[in-house]
Amino acid sequence: MLVLGIETSCDETGIALYHNKQGLLSHALYSQIRMHSEYGGVVPELASRDHIRRVLPLIKQVLTTAKLNLKDLDAIAYTQGPGLAGALLVGASIANALSFSLKIPAIGIHHLEGHLLSAMLSTHAPIFPFVALLVSGGHTQLMEVRGLGLYKLLGETLDDAAGEAFDKTAKLLGLGYPGGPALSELADTFYKFNKIERFKLPRPMLHSGDLNFSFSGLKTAVLTLAHKHELTQQTKAEIAFAFQKAMVDVLTEKSLAALAQTGLTQLVVAGGVGANRQLRNNLDYRAEKIRAVVFYPEFKFCTDNGAMIALAGLMRLQKLGIQNKPLKYSFTATPRWDLEML
Amino acid sequence: MRILAFDTSTQYCSAALWVDGRVLYREMLAGKRHTEFLLPMIQEMLADAGAVLTQLDGIAFGSGPGSFTGLRIACGVAQGIALGADLPVLGISTLEALAQQVGDGNVVTALDARMGEIYYATYIKFADNWQSVNPPILCSPRNAPPILGNNWIACGSGFDVYNEVLLDCYNGCISRVHGEFNPHAREITQLAAPRFLEGLGVDPATISPLYIRNKVALKENER
Repeated sequence: MLVLGIETSCDETGIALYHNKQGLLSHALYSQIRMHSEYGGVVPELASRDHIRRVLPLIKQVLTTAKLNLKDLDAIAYTQGPGLAGALLVGASIANALSFSLKIPAIGIHHLEGHLLSAMLSTHAPIFPFVALLVSGGHTQLMEVRGLGLYKLLGETLDDAAGEAFDKTAKLLGLGYPGGPALSELADTFYKFNKIERFKLPRPMLHSGDLNFSFSGLKTAVLTLAHKHELTQQTKAEIAFAFQKAMVDVLTEKSLAALAQTGLTQLVVAGGVGANRQLRNNLDYRAEKIRAVVFYPEFKFCTDNGAMIALAGLMRLQKLGIQNKPLKYSFTATPRWDLEML
Repeated sequence: MRILAFDTSTQYCSAALWVDGRVLYREMLAGKRHTEFLLPMIQEMLADAGAVLTQLDGIAFGSGPGSFTGLRIACGVAQGIALGADLPVLGISTLEALAQQVGDGNVVTALDARMGEIYYATYIKFADNWQSVNPPILCSPRNAPPILGNNWIACGSGFDVYNEVLLDCYNGCISRVHGEFNPHAREITQLAAPRFLEGLGVDPATISPLYIRNKVALKENER
């Protein structure tokens, strides 16, 4: 079974081809980051306008790369939600119309289910059940994953998402938008040459007794620091280091607590913040001590991408039986959608 | 020649099939639920006509101006169908589709663009074609460009919402007003058919909506 995956939920157009036996055949990603950076954040209308220019050329590109054509497709998977309404509708409209003209099923996928399963795109892949830490610019959640569609929310952020906190802090330090990765780089470079921690930031909700997160206080603490001290390059690096350490500590402790609470021994870390090296090092180190294994998607599949949507679509269709998926051409996007509702 | 067209640029949803000059169509008030109705509407219409996608000569859609989301739904659906069925595509101006609804003569078209503005264009029928005198623009109803003569027919939701202001501007120039006219797939097929005949259809990967309103956010250095 060959599935075309279409992801357009935010500011990245991701298209991929996934085959049940041959795995990922090709994928393409167009990131709009540069366009939005002039605005200091994602402008939903501009994101939608860009997606509609990108999807078809990228579909042609992945087919050419895989030396396949449209007639080889068995199904189309697209991100139905959650995400930006206008952006989701672009992918949904193209996917369903293509399904209509090719007479093959289209299946709407939950964006976070895509992320949950993204580690399964790797050769070193987890098997159900596992705990998933979803950390991106839009989400911070710990999920218990018993099987496809069997998701239980263990805890989530009460305010900012982890990636959002990274980006906002980076902005405070004048590192541009989206500055999360730049902030990490600054922190890592600092740590390589200086082992002294000058600032100590709070670890919000570390001892809350549950698996929820809160990052807005941490952001405020950074703001206070930034006002108190002259922002020299050295000070910026020290704040960046202290901030990253606080984030990594909280994310690590809560993830380990989630493993302890569920009795599971596999942790999957997905989403853009899952690319953070300090987070990966810290989690690996701590997990090894309790004989747990941590799985990460490849760096290129940490951010939004079409491959995870194609894979989720394939798994869903295999579970349902593709012959049982009715050809139905009425569709909607679901900008707000709880993963537990699947 | 067989052309499929649809329009989702307003709260209405319409689809039409042109078969050698005969036009079948469907329409409904969709509100904001076009995605639920559009493809089933097309499917039913094609089935009733005994037509299949592979026998078509092209897909046309109301490319704008209009609701941004609506324009992208029509554009995306046109792209998807055309890609799968290997057909050429044409985007047709919703304002020109309004003029076509009037049929003949001199037509001033205006669609409500919200935020106190209208999408505006004027057309004159000349040798079976609409010549655009004023190509589509976005403006405040008060600043709508002047028109010459006294036999203009006005149409579109702009003349419904800003009726007094516009008729005041065009005092004596307008002989008839159709504020109730909305862009419709029926006229889109009529405008598209001769263009497909001329071979003007394009690759669906190259089409985009015509938004007109292009300044949708301020850059950081503009705030």
